[in-house]
Order: sequence, then structure tokens, then C-alpha cells
Amino acid sequence: MNHNRYIETDFTDHQIDTGLNRRDFIKATGSGIILFFTIGDLSVLAQEGRAGRRGGGRGLPTDFNAFLRIGEDGRVACYTGKIEMGQGIVTGLAQEIADELDVPLDAVDMVMGDTDLCPFDGGTFGSLSTRSFGPAMRAAGAEARQVLLELGSENLKTPVEKLVTENGVVFDKENKQNRVTYAQLAKGKKIERHATGKVAVKKPAEFKIIGQSLTRRDGLEKVTGKAKYAGDIQFPDMVYAKILRPPAHDAKLVDVDVSEAEKVKGVQVIKEGDFVAVLHKHPDVAEMALSKIKAKFDKPQSDLDDKNIFDYLLKNAAEGRTVAHGGDLQQGQSEAKAVVEQTYLDGYKAHAPIEPHTAVVKIEGDKATVWASTQAPFSVQQEVARELGFPPANVRVMPIFVGGGFGGKTRNLQAVEAARLAKLSGKPVQVAWTRNEEFFYDSFRPAAVIKIKSGITDKGRISFWDYHVYYAGERGAAQFYDVPNHSTISHGGGFGGGPSAHPFATGAWRAPGNNTNTFARESQIDIMAAKAGVDPLEFRMQNLTDQKIQRVLKTAADKFGWQPAKAPSGKGCGIACGIDAGTYVATMAEVEVDKATGNVKVKRVVCAQDMGLAINPEAATIQMEGCVTMGLGYALREHIRFKGKELFDLNFDTYEIPRFSWVPKIETIIIDNKDSAPQGGGEPAIITMGGALANAIYDAIGVRLFQLPLSPERIKAAAKKA
Amino acid sequence: MEETVQFTLNGKPTKLTVDSDRKLLWVLRTDLGLMGTKYGCGESFCGACTVLVNNEAVRSCQTIVKSVQGKEVVTIEGLAKDGALHPLQKAFMENDALQCGYCTSGMIMNAYAFLRKNPRPSPSQIVEGMEDNLCRCGAHNRIVRAIQAAAKEMQGGK
Repeated sequence: MNHNRYIETDFTDHQIDTGLNRRDFIKATGSGIILFFTIGDLSVLAQEGRAGRRGGGRGLPTDFNAFLRIGEDGRVACYTGKIEMGQGIVTGLAQEIADELDVPLDAVDMVMGDTDLCPFDGGTFGSLSTRSFGPAMRAAGAEARQVLLELGSENLKTPVEKLVTENGVVFDKENKQNRVTYAQLAKGKKIERHATGKVAVKKPAEFKIIGQSLTRRDGLEKVTGKAKYAGDIQFPDMVYAKILRPPAHDAKLVDVDVSEAEKVKGVQVIKEGDFVAVLHKHPDVAEMALSKIKAKFDKPQSDLDDKNIFDYLLKNAAEGRTVAHGGDLQQGQSEAKAVVEQTYLDGYKAHAPIEPHTAVVKIEGDKATVWASTQAPFSVQQEVARELGFPPANVRVMPIFVGGGFGGKTRNLQAVEAARLAKLSGKPVQVAWTRNEEFFYDSFRPAAVIKIKSGITDKGRISFWDYHVYYAGERGAAQFYDVPNHSTISHGGGFGGGPSAHPFATGAWRAPGNNTNTFARESQIDIMAAKAGVDPLEFRMQNLTDQKIQRVLKTAADKFGWQPAKAPSGKGCGIACGIDAGTYVATMAEVEVDKATGNVKVKRVVCAQDMGLAINPEAATIQMEGCVTMGLGYALREHIRFKGKELFDLNFDTYEIPRFSWVPKIETIIIDNKDSAPQGGGEPAIITMGGALANAIYDAIGVRLFQLPLSPERIKAAAKKA
Repeated sequence: MEETVQFTLNGKPTKLTVDSDRKLLWVLRTDLGLMGTKYGCGESFCGACTVLVNNEAVRSCQTIVKSVQGKEVVTIEGLAKDGALHPLQKAFMENDALQCGYCTSGMIMNAYAFLRKNPRPSPSQIVEGMEDNLCRCGAHNRIVRAIQAAAKEMQGGK
């Protein structure tokens, strides 16, 4: 099947119309007290609006995009299109609601990603759930509490001022016996309110549940094997589909013989143009039958590979867009005592979640139900509806656990395939990609090139910074050092630069763009520090005025026990810092490098971040640890090898992701900053790993690498040359 | 070839007639409805499909069902006894040793077999024992901690 066939989610031409309005939501969820709310913060709204287009055609609805319901049983439900893929919002968001509403945490139900019950949401990515969705939800919670106080006042015949709320009960603070529960207040009511944003949320000093380190709420289901992922959905008449795949992207099917496959007992072969699939009630039998199909493909001819791709990309790069500019580069250059001009490269990386893309589609009459491993249920709804020719309102995407996303599950080809086959076969169909398919159809983190020319004065100050990023995108491109003359230009846009820029699909990969940008920037900074003969930490400090970034650097240095030295000191210590999703992060790493083999042993990583208010510090810590660990992969080993449109890394034997023995001692520090708004947590700490390790390797053996990953082969080759 | 295969599954005698060359993973998931064992890579590289056969950790994606004839198979669903979680399950929860949870069943089953052989492991022995089980979310250090904690608790009991 042609991979271009699926809906390009960057297009903005299709309309969202779930056909559901507020009435339908209320009908679907029953009576009680309902608070509708929208996302309030405009700057973040703009970001999510962009994301919303990717999610399915337009930004956020203007009236509401989530709601809270206090039911007749006193339980509080939050309906949101966000999904849980391991990042922990099923716990963190519930903590926020529980605190604002004064109910116990276990009285809060999160209803996530059900397109019938939850209002439209662009998708779960960009570390946006806590920093943009969370505050709006807290505000709604505060307002819901106000409604309860008003109802309580009426019920208890006591002025609101005399009432307090605690544990799901409104009571008179002077007479605790004068009390009424939320359940009693909600009974038989149908009250709808739109959040006005006028009721103040709690202050940090009043927090009881926010800011507490709590373990995951979904832990029990996950340690007992009961948690349901898309592949765990079964129906008696469901069949598994295995689809004939080309050996290379854009290869054309010229001849196919399905006769041997058709002989397999219980198999149904479906052929529609060049779309060929085998259906069977057992996935392994379907796969065996698929292997009996004789197919001939014409592969497109191309000499492009993972080595010459960078020249190709540069040659075809679009005119740049200025991301940041200040002062006069020529002036800066004339003031420079030393100039550093370097090119940095980064190859394609796979998302490689352990759960491959999976979907089940069941069609009943003119309605379809979908279970899909996706970060964007509402995109799936649109795409499946389009495939089936149904109105979106007739397609319901069900809530389900997602086995890792990292940006890769914003694409939903597997759900479209399942829908197509459900329609063609008349049966519920499960499409569960194999690991090979997962690699083949992944939307890789794009290969990218960064060119930097910068200079330092004889006083060790950066006098100019001329930065061009090609294809990585703008996130993290603009530097934050105190440089009087600077220019940052991005070529080829974000997520890879459009559908035809690369030989295969590219997309958002955890902190898209920022990993590549931060690797290049922080390497360049270190090279300048070495030129200036100054310790890398001191060099950064003397070229920074931003106090937040200085603070995370200092915090990390204290914990790490950073000992000032001009690199290469032989100690194998490296630094990198950066800003992502509103969070400031500094990472220090200690490595041991075997010059003979090129192997890098990361011994220790210290990571400090300022993320504003941390809703659940334990969950935030886990995200930091996850970022550091996953970051080892892209920094040291991960890259996709290919020739033309054929990929050579299709499983974990050659595409190496971090293993237990790679993981160093990880120490994390979250700066106490409760009074600031919460910022992103799922991505920031990964951005610094490439830079910190490149700098640590240089400090260890005096060898500078300009390309990710910092693989043993590259280290060995560079060490030999040095 | 279709034949009758008998084995003990999570303590219960189980008998089914299947093409006995099929892989245990799919027989467990589709014929026996036990969904806790996951497909991750299909080629035994990741360990998401790990189950116990006679208390040895095996990759069920590479194990043909014929080979478990007469043996004892335990999946994640069979670990809790009489409603009480196994110490490993408890320790994974208490240490937040998981994120997306997709590799968790395989991690726990592999750890179970590992601890049977080495009930008092050092952290580096745990790392070695778990090396071939992959996790993409990056829960590794917590998993090591959870296994240490479970080992400690199991000293008292079994």
C-alpha cells in the first residue's frame, strides 16, 4: 500500500464536525453539575491551535473543549480528549481536580479519549496537557466548587461565607453538623455552567493534593496484565488482517499471485487495486498465509542513502525564515578574536514504542467503533470517517491505553487500514502492525543539518551567532545566551519540511527539533569555551543573563560537584542546557570512553529543571528519568540506515534502543517554583542529552564529534584521526 | 499439524487442539484469551512476550505450542495468588517501575525467573539478568529497584 495514501495530518482543509453539541454531551453523561471549560492561556492556546490543525482540520472549538461533572453519586468525572500513554496525566490531572474541588483523589474519574463523551481535542503531544489543559481544568474545578457552595448555601440556609468544603462535603464552619454532601447536592439536578475564569484557584499554600508525589493510578492494571491496549480488543467474529507491504517506499506492485494464500484454511484474501490483505481469526495464521503470496514490486531507483542525505537536503533546502535576530552580525564578527564555523548533522530516528500501531474497527450499520493506539483520537475519528464515507459523528473512538507514543502515534494509518478492511470484509478487523511495519511506516525524526558561525571576544564574550537550521524545525533553535549580534534562520520548517522533502515520512519525535538544535548549539558553545580557554560552565555563566537558565545550571553543578577545568580535562564531564515547552533544563554527564572500541559508558547524569509548579513531583521525576534514558539512544546509537526508499533497520537487532546496562545513575532536581505556572514535563529533559554527551566525550578524550549518534564507529574513527 | 496439546496454564490443566507449530504467544492471546502477554517485536529481541515455562523465562513469540506439552506455563495473569499480588507486582507499583506499561508483563515474568535462580542479586546482576528486555519509556533504573525490593520481600516468604 502506498504510504502517501493516508491523510496528511498537516493539511488544514478538512473540517471538524463531530455532530455533537453540548446537549448531546449532557445526554450522554447523565445528570449532575456540569462545568464546561476552555483552555485559557492564549499563548499556549496558540500552540495547541497549531497542534489542533494537525489533529484534524482546525484549532480548538471556541466554546469549550472539556468538562467536569459532579454526579449524583458525588464522584467527579473529567472528560477530556487527552490520552494516557505512560506520561502519567491520568494521575496528575486528577490530582488537580481533587484539590480544587476538595474531594479525595479516588473520587475522581478521568474519562479520556472517548470521542463520543469527550469534547474535541487536538491530540496529546507537545507537553501541553499539564501546562495548558491543567490550568483551565483547575479553574473549572474552582468554579465547580463555587457552584457547590452556592447550592450548599441554599440547602443549608447558611450564607456562603460561613461554608467550607472538605472531602466532598459542604458544611457550616461554625456548626459541622450542618452539612450536605456533593452527592446530595447533585441529586436530581441538571445544572450547566460555563467556566468564566473569575473564581480564583487555590494558592500553593492551600494545596493538599497538588504537589504531592503520588504513584501512578493505573499501576495495578498494568502489573496484572489487565490494562487493555488496542490489540487486546477481541470479538467472536473479529479477524486479524495482515497486509502485503512493498519492499521500499513508493514501490509499485506489478504482479501478485494470491492462490497459495487462499488455500490456507479459514483465510480470506482481499484485493483492491494494489491493496492486498489476508484475514484470519488468528494473526499468526494470517501472517503465515501472507508469506505465501508471490508479489513482484518495482522499486524506485535512487542513490540517496543515510550518508549522502545531508548534501541532498542542503541542496533542496527552502529559503529560510528568520526565527530571531538582533544587532549586526558584521559588527560582531569584527569584534571577534576567534571565529568558530561548524556544521552539525543528525540522522533519522525511529519512535519505536514497544507497542506497534494497532487498531480494531467494528462497523454496525451506519456506525463504526474504533479502538486505536493513538495520541490523537479525534484525528482517528476523522480519518476513519473519511475512509468509510461516514459522518464523523457516526464514528466513535474508544478510550484505551497506549503503549508509548513519543510523537509517532499522531499518525494513524493502521486505523484507516482497519476501517477499510472492516468495510470490505463485513467483519470487525484488527490491524496490528508487526515490528517491521512499525519501523517501515514510522514518521521518523527528520535528518537535519545545522550550520553555525560564531565568535568570541578577547574577554570571552560571544560577539556574534549566525545560526542556520535545515529541516529540524524551529523548536529550540533560538539561542538564549546574551549575544549582542545574532541571527537564527530555519530552513525547511518543522517536522521535516513537508511531504516530499525526505524519502519517507517524517514527524514529531519527543521534543521535535529541540534535540538536534540543542546538540548543535551546546557543542558550539563548548568549542568556543575551549577556544577561550575557559571552563565550559564558567563560559556559559559569563555569557548568560537569563536567571532561570543560570539557576538550573548552578543547581545541576552543585549536585554534580562540577570541578572547573578547561576541556579536555580527561575527566569525561560534559554540560548542556536548554529550554523546551516552557521548562528550563541543565544536564551534566560523566562518561568513560574506550578509544580502541569507541564505546561510551555513561556513568552518571545529573539533570536539574525549572518547570514552574510540579503537580506531581514524582511523576515529573519519572518523566525526567525517562527523557535521560531515552536520550541515551538518540545520542549514542539510534539512526535509520537506508538506500533509496528501502530501510535497513526494521527491528531491535540493528536499531538499538537503550538497555539496562546503558543506563547510568540518574539524579534529578526539580527547582522549587510553586508560584509559577506549570510548564511542560514530558519532553524537556531529553533535549540536552546529545549535547551533554558530545561535550563529555570531548572532555574525556579530546575528540569532537559533529554528528549524532555519537556511535562507537564515529568515535573510533575520530580518535584515530586525532 | 492439528494435534491435542495439554499443559498446565496458570495452575489449571489446559487442553486444546491446535496446529501445534503455532507460536505460544498467539495461542495464549487469541485461543485462550490471555491478553497480558504482549507482542513487541516478533523475533525475541524485546521480551514483551516473556512467559514462564517450567519456571524458565521464555519468549512466547518464538515458542511453538507443541514444546509446552506436559509443562507448566505461567503468564502475568497467573502471578497473583488468591487475589494477593506477587511481591514483584507490588514492588513495580510501589516503585513506579513502569510508564506505558506495555513491556511490564514481560519485565515482571523475566524478573520472576531471574529471582528464582538468583534470590539475592546485586544491582549489577539484575541489570545483566534484565538486559534483553526492552523498555522505551525509560523505567530501567526503577525496574532494577523494584526487583531488589521484591527480592528482599521474598526472602521472608517463599
